[in-house]
Amino acid sequence: MADNNMFELKIIEPDGMFFEGEGEFLEFTSVEGQMGVYKNHIPLTTILEPCVVRIHANGEVKKAAVMGGFIEIQKERITILAEDANWPEEIDVERAKAAKQRAEERLRKKEAGLNVVRAEAALKRAMARISAAK
Amino acid sequence: MASMREIKRRRGSIQSTQQITKAMKLVATVKLQKARQRAENSKPYFQYMYKTVTSMLAKAGTVDHPYLKGGSSDRVGIVVITSNRGLAGGYNSNIAKLVQASGYAKENVRLYTVGKKGTDMLSRKGYEVAENYPDVIEEPTFEDARKLSERLLQDFTNGEIGEIYVAYTEFKNTVVHIPKMVKLLPIDADEVQEETSQANDMDKLTLMNFEPSEEEAIGLLVPKYVTSILYGAFVEAVASENGARMQAMDSATNNAEEIINDLELKYNRARQGAITQELTEIIAGADAIG
Repeated sequence: MADNNMFELKIIEPDGMFFEGEGEFLEFTSVEGQMGVYKNHIPLTTILEPCVVRIHANGEVKKAAVMGGFIEIQKERITILAEDANWPEEIDVERAKAAKQRAEERLRKKEAGLNVVRAEAALKRAMARISAAK
Repeated sequence: MASMREIKRRRGSIQSTQQITKAMKLVATVKLQKARQRAENSKPYFQYMYKTVTSMLAKAGTVDHPYLKGGSSDRVGIVVITSNRGLAGGYNSNIAKLVQASGYAKENVRLYTVGKKGTDMLSRKGYEVAENYPDVIEEPTFEDARKLSERLLQDFTNGEIGEIYVAYTEFKNTVVHIPKMVKLLPIDADEVQEETSQANDMDKLTLMNFEPSEEEAIGLLVPKYVTSILYGAFVEAVASENGARMQAMDSATNNAEEIINDLELKYNRARQGAITQELTEIIAGADAIG
């Protein structure tokens, strides 16, 4: 079997299935840092940062910007529950750049009542979108 | 007997009402299709979310986390999801009744209302409305759900509310919609454990690891869990609203049809009566001359 080293991958968004297919190797960023997963990984559930997910399959790499959520890894099956996911071609780079600027501005000014966590999350989301679109 | 003109006018007005209800029914039908599609599309996400959170809680059931324990306050927060527009049968009043029958005293309840109708009905009854989100229900997005859940969790953490419920209408199918009140927080580990023990045995055999540790993961996951339940409630409520409106407008159209038929009969009778009377008068007049 050619697909011996392939795992099943599902990326689910609140609006429906974003991606369903197979992969050999998966790269993503969790709250603990960058991770790469092959088939037969130990079962693990972890929280995703807004990041670029890279799906390696048949010598090709697919990129997708995933806006936070979590990932459940099982031996032959990986499921990502994303709050929002986009393919690079769906991303409006200008909008993402503007969002990044806004978030940076807010973090720099540190006005009273600033929700730092939220501003940082916005910044991370914008950066993930920009790097996925590149 | 009412005059012919009166009957005719009445019939005309009912006919135009019928046209409106017919059009509304069509609109609701189309909207229902869309809303139902959305509700169905979102199902896998919630099932997975629920499964993961419950399996994690089953493992971390003994963890002492405020999200699992309940807040110090004895006030409860209820998210009430209704529509902005009426003419949907009992859709909105059923939710209002559900909240009133929940057994919590008015003083101990803070409402977070989505949709104008529920806000109006319950604030008139003397409930405190902490925040109102009328626009959300028009086109609910995940972002809306996130904002609401952030607010809820903030109030929960600040000790303003000790428990959180959500009252919404579950969409079973086109004709069955069930008003429901679901507990969001604190998540009862015992309840959850019972449910998961009946779940798939295969899943139990695989020993799931968590990174970061369960305690931290709960803090990160629960907000996502709350958000996704809220979003699910939104999309189901929209589907239910349109289903309810479709039904209400269907029966309104049918009723109008009945009344029109009735009036038609009365009108014809009145017309006949008038003709007969006229004839009698003419004949009587001719007799008098002759």
